[in-house]
Amino acid sequence: MDVVALSRLQFAITSMFHFIFVPLTLGLSILVAFMETRYVRTGNALYLRMAKFWGKLFLINFALGVVTGITLEFQFGMNWAEYSRYVGDIFGAPLAIEATLAFFLESVFIGVWLFGWNKVSSTFHAVSIWIVALATNLSALWILLANGWMQNPVGYAIRNGRAEMVDFAAMVTNPYGLLKFGHTLASGYVLAAFFVLGISAWHLLRKNQPDFFRSSFRIGAFFGLISILLVFATGDYSAVLVARIQPAKFAASEAVWETRKGAGINIFVIPDAKNECNLVEKFCIPNLLSYLAFHTPDGVIKGLKEYPKSERPPVAPVFYSFRAMVGMGFLMVVLALYAVMVSVRGTVEKNSLLLRVLVYSIPIPYLAIQLGWLMAEVGRQPWIVYGVLKTSDAVSRSISAAQVAGSLVGFTLLYGFLGAVDIFLLFKYARKGPGDDLSGAVKTGAGQEV
Amino acid sequence: MELQVTWFVLWGVLWTVYFMLDGFVLGAGMLHKFVGRTDGERRVIINTVGPVWDGNEVWLITAGGATFAAFPTTYALMFSYLYTALLLLLFSLIVRGVSFEFRGKLESERWKGAWDTAILVSSFLPALLFGVAFGNIFKGLPMDRAGYHGSLLSLLNPFGLLTGLLFVLLFLVHGALYLSAKTEGDLSSRAKAVADRVWPALLLAAAVFLAAVYLSTSLYDNFFRAPLLFAVPFLAVAALLATRMFSAKRRILRAFAASCATIVLVVSTGVIGLFPNLIPSSLDPASSLTIFNSSSSRYTLKIMTAVALVFVPIVIAYKIWVYRVFRGKVTEEDVLEDPQAY
Ligand code: HDD
Ligand code: HEM
Ligand code: HEM
Repeated sequence: MDVVALSRLQFAITSMFHFIFVPLTLGLSILVAFMETRYVRTGNALYLRMAKFWGKLFLINFALGVVTGITLEFQFGMNWAEYSRYVGDIFGAPLAIEATLAFFLESVFIGVWLFGWNKVSSTFHAVSIWIVALATNLSALWILLANGWMQNPVGYAIRNGRAEMVDFAAMVTNPYGLLKFGHTLASGYVLAAFFVLGISAWHLLRKNQPDFFRSSFRIGAFFGLISILLVFATGDYSAVLVARIQPAKFAASEAVWETRKGAGINIFVIPDAKNECNLVEKFCIPNLLSYLAFHTPDGVIKGLKEYPKSERPPVAPVFYSFRAMVGMGFLMVVLALYAVMVSVRGTVEKNSLLLRVLVYSIPIPYLAIQLGWLMAEVGRQPWIVYGVLKTSDAVSRSISAAQVAGSLVGFTLLYGFLGAVDIFLLFKYARKGPGDDLSGAVKTGAGQEV
Repeated sequence: MELQVTWFVLWGVLWTVYFMLDGFVLGAGMLHKFVGRTDGERRVIINTVGPVWDGNEVWLITAGGATFAAFPTTYALMFSYLYTALLLLLFSLIVRGVSFEFRGKLESERWKGAWDTAILVSSFLPALLFGVAFGNIFKGLPMDRAGYHGSLLSLLNPFGLLTGLLFVLLFLVHGALYLSAKTEGDLSSRAKAVADRVWPALLLAAAVFLAAVYLSTSLYDNFFRAPLLFAVPFLAVAALLATRMFSAKRRILRAFAASCATIVLVVSTGVIGLFPNLIPSSLDPASSLTIFNSSSSRYTLKIMTAVALVFVPIVIAYKIWVYRVFRGKVTEEDVLEDPQAY
């Protein structure tokens, strides 16, 4: 493999690894903040124990999210120097803003939350986890605006041999970036909800601390249902935007080879990229695709054959990722709806089948999220910045294939090991269940506060 | 003042503050296995840096981000030229961060011992690598229009290694004083003893470094042009002497403050000497990366200046506040009482 292929693989591995941990951080920080707020409001120690138990899992996860982020920040310069040089004028800004606005807040206040149980008032302690939640979500905004710009470059001009920013406001209000922000955030919330649901279900099946986990289950169920609906709403809009802005990606995601007016969606399709056709197309719902893409039943979908081969993304990964993501979305709506129902009726523990399914559902949102990214990023190929810069022109010139191969092996080994340890610890502490630690419940009040 | 100059100053400040803040975390990490003899003491040491290490590391992320936004060409070339060195640095920072979190999560001697070693190695390597990298930047990298002609091994030249050693010693003294200030009893005295014992070596390394700067680099050119600037290295030496003086008088907090000043002034000496270069070329001065030939457009710099002017003071304000919340000593009772502690 050459430097380009190796660097792409390395970027894919390191960013997908980062994104194993990020979505749980995004969603669970909000849930923990919510639990602690309930505690401060009601004084009910159950909620304090909840914040501590889920908070512990949050922290174990958070550690890996933090350390794997630095890699990505450096990697733009290390592997993609031509990219960084060419678009740095506009792309560097959101990254620097993310660090200044979000990472400082997040890292400082996670310290306050983790070590400050006896140092700040209980109200302020709850405020600090809200600040962490806000900051992680804010960091997502800026990085996704950066990514949104690669997908749909706006507000720039080619000058002095590079892309220069001419309109900051256009970048910040890029609909592609904002929509990505909404869809990604909502999918992170779904993941956190299924994480809480699954672990609660595991304990409920074993009749461990039923009050504690019934309550957690309820929070997870409602949060999950609302979030998955948001995922659908934003996903639907994403598809509209993709159809308009990156039609080749859209065609690949539905394996549409020939241009069609009033295109339908085939429920069952097997694409054959070599012969530029689909081997199987079954169960067509007429006009649905045109409707989804343009919100009119007879919109025209441009087929892949209209693009020269060098400008098409690889079809199979984009197509299957998209299908699987959407399929898992439907599955999760059903599960979340069912979970809310039994929770409202108060019959959670009687539904042991649902509980068992939920335990095994924890990986589903993880998979859906990774596949979503795969679709979005692979679908953008061969462009690194859509329509502006090709991925093959973006790589560093001064590095050798051997160097990148070495770093790729290094990352894979190190990440594999750390990921295994982290997941082992998550399992261990999730199984152990909540303790009865109430330290921090009684504040020593003044004197300790500043 | 031109915006590029503003951003050069900001760039220097970000790196300087990063070294001042992460310096004591790296130093404490290098020492914790030796200064902390029991598990309880080691936990105390880790908990003295627990609330702040991530916030300190973000200065590095911001320094990287600011280089990207303000001087994209420098960001691109510096990071790709130093590929392998940065990779080792990344691996170390990754391991260090998770070690703090993982170490206390299992009650097993072997588990804890393994992470203790990981903390030692992953604190030593960044200190050394940052020194080597900055030493080479001060000296200039072997680059010209055709690209880069160096390798990991060529970074390990005498001046690079000397700067690496200087950084390691600076951070050792800095970390030892921090530990002494943040702990009590035996632990605190042992940490202070380390600072006192390492200090003469640091003084020697600093003296050799200041002489070697004259012999191996052109950093002093700016100083000869404006001799008033010599105040900065002069004050660096004064701060270094003050560190030892305060330590002898057992004014540990003041000694630590003097050590902060030493790091700031040493790094500032290098940064001032670089101006207007960001990375000089050792082969062909015309190929040096300067703040003018590698900067972003005026428009981008204006936006980024506005962001920095508004948010950096806010960041500094809540960072100071947080250091005040966590002021005072960390004791074994504190750590044992708090099940969430590291
Ligand atoms: C949708 C959200 C999202 C996405 C797409 C990314 N990240 Fe991330 N990142 C976060 C959301 C996030 C977070 C939730 O804010 C993290 C994860 C866990 C954490 O502690 O903060 C984080 C941590 C994190 C850190 C460490 C911050 C610290 O030390 O506190 C860095 C340097 C980055 N990220 C950089 C990146 C880069 C360069 C990315 C682009 C490829 C990237 N992240 C993708
Ligand atoms: C964290 C979630 C993300 C995941 C899981 C992800 C996934 C991927 C994958 C799978 C690739 C390889 C595509 C290919 O080579 O065919 C890739 C490439 C890339 N992505 Fe992402 N990505 C993420 C976020 C981002 C963000 C936020 C940015 C920019 C701000 C970004 C920038 C890039 C770049 C520069 C490449 C390398 C060039 C390329 O192959 O296109 N990615 N990413
Ligand atoms: C009906 C359901 C869904 C639809 C119509 C949908 C639509 C889309 C589309 C069109 C994209 C690509 C955007 C781009 O190329 O830039 C995308 C990406 C993505 N999807 Fe979905 N999606 C759905 C469900 C889900 C579910 C259930 C999850 C996970 C819980 C999820 C997570 C993601 C993620 C993480 C991305 C990458 C980030 C982004 O591009 O926004 N999606 N989705």
